[in-house]
Amino acid sequence: MATLFDINLFALSGQLLIGLINGSFYALLALGLAIIFGLLKIINFSHGALYMLGAFSAWIGLEYLQLNYWWALVLVPLGIGVFGILLERTLIRPIAHEDHLYSLLLTFGIALILQGLFTHWFGSSGLPYAIPEELQGGTRLPFMYLPNYRAWIIMFSLVVCAGTWYLIEKTKLGAYLRAGTENPQLMQAFGINVPLIVTLTYGFGAGLAGLAGVLAAPIYSVAPEMGSNILIVVFAIVVIGGMGSIGGAILTGLAMGVVEGLTKYFYPEASNTVIFLVMVLVLLTKPAGLFGKEA
Amino acid sequence: MTAVMNAQSQREKLRINDLHAFYGESHILHGIDLSIKQGELVTLLGRNGSGRTTTLRAIMNMVGKRSGSININGHETIDMPGHRIAHLGLGYCPEERGIFSSLNVEENLMLPPSVRSDGMSVEEIYAMFPNLAERRKSQGTRLSGGEQQMLAMARILRTGANILLLDEITEGLAPVIVQTLAKVLTQLKQRGLTILLVEQNFRFAAPIADRHYVMEHGHIVEEIHASELEAKTELLNIYLGV
Repeated sequence: MATLFDINLFALSGQLLIGLINGSFYALLALGLAIIFGLLKIINFSHGALYMLGAFSAWIGLEYLQLNYWWALVLVPLGIGVFGILLERTLIRPIAHEDHLYSLLLTFGIALILQGLFTHWFGSSGLPYAIPEELQGGTRLPFMYLPNYRAWIIMFSLVVCAGTWYLIEKTKLGAYLRAGTENPQLMQAFGINVPLIVTLTYGFGAGLAGLAGVLAAPIYSVAPEMGSNILIVVFAIVVIGGMGSIGGAILTGLAMGVVEGLTKYFYPEASNTVIFLVMVLVLLTKPAGLFGKEA
Repeated sequence: MTAVMNAQSQREKLRINDLHAFYGESHILHGIDLSIKQGELVTLLGRNGSGRTTTLRAIMNMVGKRSGSININGHETIDMPGHRIAHLGLGYCPEERGIFSSLNVEENLMLPPSVRSDGMSVEEIYAMFPNLAERRKSQGTRLSGGEQQMLAMARILRTGANILLLDEITEGLAPVIVQTLAKVLTQLKQRGLTILLVEQNFRFAAPIADRHYVMEHGHIVEEIHASELEAKTELLNIYLGV
């Protein structure tokens, strides 16, 4: 058997793969949360619900509108993005100048309402979504069997994360976003329409959550509480990476997926808590997070 | 008669009437009146807390609430959203300089959108501020205080702004840099730019300014032309408490 120092390589690499896949979702979601937190300074509790909405939209598209996976991958993030823009304009904007606690409660409320509606309409047991034909099957590697769809998730989310990182760190639009994060009032005085950038940023973050939802539909069951389950972990990841740090959110997302996977192999009992343990350790030693700037 | 009036108001770049400004409940400006003609360099003098910075921030619509009239280049702006004001040709340099730490020098320089077509080119700016050229890839806030001040000035010159609102640009800088800034302001004045300068350093402002407004408790209490400066030195010393 493929064992080395009592380590079962099949099982270990299997857990690593699962870790990388979870990490891909963590990274995509943490990225959106970090962008929104950076510019709007709100903790977007509806992020998980937007992710769930993305998965359900893909499912509804396939079931009722003959909209296949690939179309969903394009259209659903756009739709969720527009939904995010509407949320920002109609609900979040009016209380933007209040204490941030209000927007936290508001977005939490939105999440509960969405989750409640989908439980009411579709039940809470979860719906199946078939892996698209083109990505069925898999590849046999020396130590593991790699399903094509899972390889696709990892590659695709890496590309999306890298693209977003480039957009924010290397382009003029990104410079507006970074500067707006630091000093929105001065940006306004330079003649930049900051409220518009805020709206588009929220829409973009929401779109990323929707995209993660579509990616997740074929491997996790499409269920109303899928978002709230993952969101708490993603919050921990944003804190570990450093609130508002884009690169930090991506790297920490992937890394924490792997850490979780390794823990599942070596000490499964701790796999649900290991990320929070890391969070505590990071907060104790580096309060601004691994990649955050000290205030 | 009307032709003369028009010619006069055309040359007037900035006119403020009965400006009141508030931060939350506190009433900071109590009816400011001032006017600046094209190519003038005018200072706002006064003690700390007299409302000079607030006057600049009120012009940019960066205060909580404001009322009265602010006419820029012939446009009434009191009800204008903040992001449209710069596009009338205004460039604002805040007291804290406002260099963005998440942007490098070049990104900081290129950040504000052009507000008029004839701004200084990047080459001209690097010729005026050679230090910035050398450090173009450095993080904005890693520059020295003087270099940050140069960057904050350069940034608004690139946009083509022809009315500059400059807040305490010499604060905390070495004398040699203050001299450079005086040279820069003189050059800008020669180019026909209109400048409103909030300044603590009277010895910096006196030789280059055309007029001075003295502020106290949110009012303008005195207007002094450069030619009257000597005669009114005594009075000024009382207002400024030096």
